[in-house]
Amino acid sequence: MTTYAMVIDTRTCIGCGDCVVACKTENKVPDGLNRDWVVEATSGTYPNLKTEFRSERCNHCSNATCVTLCPTGASHHWNDTNIVLVDAEKCTGCKACIAACPYDARLVMHPDGYIDKCTFCHHRVDKGLDPACVSSCPTRCMHFGSLDDPHSKVNHLLKTREHKVLVPETGNDPNVYYLI
Amino acid sequence: MSEELLVTARSNALIDPSLHIWTWEVAMYLFMGGLTAGIMVFAALMTVRDKDQVAPFATTRLALLAPIVLSIGMTTLFLDLEHKLFVYRFYTSFQITSPMSWGAWILIVVYPISVLQILSTVRTGYPSFAATIDRLVIGRLITDWCERNRRKIAFSVIPFAVALGIYTGILLSAFGARPFWNSGVLGLLFLVSGLSTAAALVVLIARQKSEKELFTGLDLVLIFAEIALVALSLISLASGSGQHIDALQSVMGGAYTFEFWVLFVGIGLLIPALLEILEMAGISKSLAMLAPVLVLIGGYALRQVVLDAGQESTWTNYATQYNSELLQRLPETD
Repeated sequence: MTTYAMVIDTRTCIGCGDCVVACKTENKVPDGLNRDWVVEATSGTYPNLKTEFRSERCNHCSNATCVTLCPTGASHHWNDTNIVLVDAEKCTGCKACIAACPYDARLVMHPDGYIDKCTFCHHRVDKGLDPACVSSCPTRCMHFGSLDDPHSKVNHLLKTREHKVLVPETGNDPNVYYLI
Repeated sequence: MSEELLVTARSNALIDPSLHIWTWEVAMYLFMGGLTAGIMVFAALMTVRDKDQVAPFATTRLALLAPIVLSIGMTTLFLDLEHKLFVYRFYTSFQITSPMSWGAWILIVVYPISVLQILSTVRTGYPSFAATIDRLVIGRLITDWCERNRRKIAFSVIPFAVALGIYTGILLSAFGARPFWNSGVLGLLFLVSGLSTAAALVVLIARQKSEKELFTGLDLVLIFAEIALVALSLISLASGSGQHIDALQSVMGGAYTFEFWVLFVGIGLLIPALLEILEMAGISKSLAMLAPVLVLIGGYALRQVVLDAGQESTWTNYATQYNSELLQRLPETD
């Protein structure tokens, strides 16, 4: 299995939301829905406050509960990678995958009735390109690549920088990393 | 202080501000599925224990209700599907890790077994219906075979009916992402509740005194078992991790406290248990029809409250959401 990871530097992210716009444009996401979003996490007591910006999306978990609980096999790992896709032709719209995601990086419901979600822009990855959100980031805080390639940028960043994933205790083995 | 704010709109109507993907259609299906399991188990048990004289309705007529009740449940389940034309996709694969996939296949097995169970007693229970079936040679031959193998059919019904009853609970408890559901007791709780509602249904419909008494006694035992299982579920959540303890709050002072304690535990378990005790002691007969009605209401309330509270329980929470009303607080500018 090839494991693709996204590494996002919360120290350079300014929360502009360009990643969200890039995704909507690239993937023609239906009106009123978004496959990614930006969170502003503030902690501390005034005046000693600390703010972290996080661009969030599906974590493309290696152990994805949305895949194991899908009754029809519509929710699946693409081409032996960790990229989680939904096959609209197999999806009954039962919504089990939405309930199954512990990240509330929950999948969006396409107006036609099937489940629609972040694809890590697999159509671009297939051509060796970065996902649209990564390519469009004006502060270059987002990085994408294979964890199996020891020389990849994402591996280098994870080896040299302090990082975290969201709620690792879910056991889902998420693959979107945040540099802190 | 720790506050997590969505800067850009996520605006998925089904998940913000909290998950609410499944409504009454799914609760109704879970209730009807459990009731079907109970109907089939009791019809089979009465045959196995030769209760034709004591409980004639449950032995010879009850089984006919199983496919009817199950079909109502499956209809409401179908109403919930968002991509209805692709419903056949449940039957183009089997996903071993998905309880929903197991359920879809269990349902496919339950229907024909239920038909065999009905045919094994149809000539005694529904003579005019049986006469219609007997007009067809194939119908007569199959009914003959079913009557000859009545006990064998009854024995084989039980494991599939129990699987149906348990699966409706496992379906929810398999969601590790929803802490309120994530308890191993839930499958058993839904099974016992399904048996209890079926016993209540028999008390409601049966005419013979001995049969009403038998099933009132059975229902009382099941209600006590259910109370124990509810207590175990709550203990399991209370002794769990932070997410489980947070999830428990929804019925311990949170949004679903009234539904859980009053509609389910009070009206659905404690009051009918009390009424049934009084009835069996011969103290009060006037409220005899109330207890089974309350048990049926409680059975539905259990599914609805577990479904609702479970969907709201989560691992992550954005403390604040985009709120357009806040814009009204900005000072007016000309």
